[in-house]
Amino acid sequence: MWSQGTSGSGSLVLVAALFSALVLAPTLAIHVYTHREVHGTVGSQVTLACSFWSSEWISEDVSITWLFQPESGKDTISIFHFVKGQPYVDEVGAFKNRMEWVGDPHRKDGSIIIRNLDYTDNGTFTCDVKNPPDIGGKSSQVTLYVLEKVPTRYGVVLGAVIGGVLGLVILVVVIGYLIRYCWLRRQATLQRQLSAMEKGKLQRSAKDSSKRGRQPPVLYAMLDHSRSTKSASEKKSKGGLGESRKDKK
Amino acid sequence: MLLLLLGIIVLHVAVLVLLFVSTIVSQWLIVNGRTADLWQNCSTLEVPSSFQCVTSSTNEWLQSVQAMMILSIIFSVLSLFWFFCQLFTLTKGGRFYITGFFQILAGLCVMSGAAIFTVRHTDWQPATSDTAFGFAYILAWVAFPLAIISGVIYVILRKRE
Repeated sequence: MWSQGTSGSGSLVLVAALFSALVLAPTLAIHVYTHREVHGTVGSQVTLACSFWSSEWISEDVSITWLFQPESGKDTISIFHFVKGQPYVDEVGAFKNRMEWVGDPHRKDGSIIIRNLDYTDNGTFTCDVKNPPDIGGKSSQVTLYVLEKVPTRYGVVLGAVIGGVLGLVILVVVIGYLIRYCWLRRQATLQRQLSAMEKGKLQRSAKDSSKRGRQPPVLYAMLDHSRSTKSASEKKSKGGLGESRKDKK
Repeated sequence: MLLLLLGIIVLHVAVLVLLFVSTIVSQWLIVNGRTADLWQNCSTLEVPSSFQCVTSSTNEWLQSVQAMMILSIIFSVLSLFWFFCQLFTLTKGGRFYITGFFQILAGLCVMSGAAIFTVRHTDWQPATSDTAFGFAYILAWVAFPLAIISGVIYVILRKRE
């Protein structure tokens, strides 16, 4: 009974191992990603970015190689090699003193920078990464175009001009509304203070000379109040900027 | 009073129509049979006889002219919308400041777009002896003073009734 149970569990383990080997085997490859095309201007520098994904843990044996095939040639030459934690930059070829290693294998980044571009740098660069035991997989290629002037994408200037002017106009209108709102609030508080003062004066004068029954101060206060409300409502009706200039009343 | 209102609205709509036609129609430059425009260059081929259009260059100055024309249309439409808003919400005696402001802005945009085109059209269309300006270009220049006049009328106008 025991032997049958163990043989049953043994066959189950075997099936599971076979299944995982068949299914997981295709994904046990290294994936390398670069741009398709990179543009650079003569004399400037360009970053050739290369990132990779490996199903294994990044060991110390990871190796990164950059190859270059000129546009007008069929040979592919090796220009950079990184192995055992040490970058080896090409010291004798066309990229002598122009290349710099800026990648970090533990961050899955294998980028290099090429300075002082020239028209002879036109061509295809290949990034090849191997991370033992994960060594299968496709390497990725990036084509470098060295131009006199990098062409700006269509629509950048268009969008910038439209966005800038619209933003400016909206800002001006909002500021105009804010100024008008604050000014109206100040007018309202001043008017309230004024009417409170007048009411106080009226009460005092009424108490003092209630026997004489003076009319003129009351009429004066009413006239003043009506004039200030009329001017406040007229200012409320204006639609925007520059109202003080136009209002000559 | 109603006549004045109608006249102002007709003027505004005329400016808007001029701006639209000028921006869309492909007739800014005429170079012996070929027309060049803000958006595309069209030409009539002799053999076989067909009319072919190709998108214009991506020159920065051409893009700024396109941007100015689009902005002028946007501002004119906003101004019309605001005019109707203010017509019903403004109190008696008030002035249409924002409407006038946007309309004047539209006029300035058209002017700057047409001016940039006049100065810089040789960048994307080499000048030959029989390069002539098309009617869409002329419409843009006509729309500019009309838009300014319309905007100034809005600023001066006072709401009655």
